Amino acid sequence: MCGAIKGGPSLEGVDVANQAVIQGIVTRGDEPVGNAYVRLLDAGGEFTAEVPTSATGQFRFFAAPGSWTLRTLAPRADVVERQVVAQKGSVAEVAVTV
Amino acid sequence: MSRENALVTADWVEEHLNDPNVVLIEVDEDAEAYDKGHIPGAIKLDWKKDLQDGVRHDFISKDRLEKLLSEKGVGNDDTIVFYGGNNNWFAAYAYWYLAYYGHENLRLLDGGRKKWELDSRELTTEVPSREATTYTAKEPNEEIRAYRDEVVEAIGTKNLIDVRSPDEFAGRLLAPAHLPQEAAQIAGHIPTAGNVPWSKAANEDGTFKSDEELRELYSDAGLDEDKDTIAYCRIGERSSHTWFVLREILGYPNVKNYDGSWSEYGSLRGVPVALGDEPGEA
Repeated sequence: MCGAIKGGPSLEGVDVANQAVIQGIVTRGDEPVGNAYVRLLDAGGEFTAEVPTSATGQFRFFAAPGSWTLRTLAPRADVVERQVVAQKGSVAEVAVTV
Repeated sequence: MSRENALVTADWVEEHLNDPNVVLIEVDEDAEAYDKGHIPGAIKLDWKKDLQDGVRHDFISKDRLEKLLSEKGVGNDDTIVFYGGNNNWFAAYAYWYLAYYGHENLRLLDGGRKKWELDSRELTTEVPSREATTYTAKEPNEEIRAYRDEVVEAIGTKNLIDVRSPDEFAGRLLAPAHLPQEAAQIAGHIPTAGNVPWSKAANEDGTFKSDEELRELYSDAGLDEDKDTIAYCRIGERSSHTWFVLREILGYPNVKNYDGSWSEYGSLRGVPVALGDEPGEA
């Protein structure tokens, strides 16, 4: 695969109006990272969920509205943290570089 | 049980990749994970297609388990090492399920698929072929499975541990945040249950915390070692992870997994429900 696509996975078929979606892509250089793990921590820093990235480096969460932290673990990389705010009816896109 | 009898490390698995008496089984919710790459020699079980009945809201019967494991080439004397994604949730569920049907030699790979991947250990897409066996399951061990009536009776008397995330416990979410928000009819938790999210028992790489840390975690949450314990989550897989910690690692004697969990309890008519971050009253 050459070069990363932009943004999180396709929203086709997702009921965005009733969900608070957080999604995005993990890249290293210009390449997607398909074996990373993205952890979703709540406003108090508590673990809420975790997903492995897809082969194209993408991930998605259905969160509750509010402030969240994304913590990304990947092989041979330091942990990366990103803050994000989720709102019902909108999609928060996050690009993570490891 | 103890940590030494229930868990193996990634190094141990690498040393036993060619051991004919060790069967590695990957169990995932996302069955495609195995197809993209798995530990050499491992076979796959699909949590839903292979282990759920498909018609009744239950896991497969003893007969179907015997047929499944015979076809997969698993023998009664084999040591089964389960591992999988989601921090071993579904692998722990399969471990609990096989313990229910009396398989003797069961292990969980500490850290599961995540630890293996983060360590950059070898994965393959080659699917092994194993000769068919004649597997015989034992009668179910009801000492490790809780049903709804027992759970209702346990309110205010036994240790009830809700292992979901704080937001699910309080009723702000109905399902884990990486899944669409659906399932039970209502949100909340079983009154008097303590909330100890499964994730608190695991390190970031998916391995289990030390015995000392684990004991402290549950005693801080008010677990009374003299009482029987029932763990539950949404559909019984994360609570298998905690059941594994309490019974298989720490060796507490009377620990049950309520596999009906919130998806059943939160759809029952007339049972008590608590909302918010506190356990609530009996």
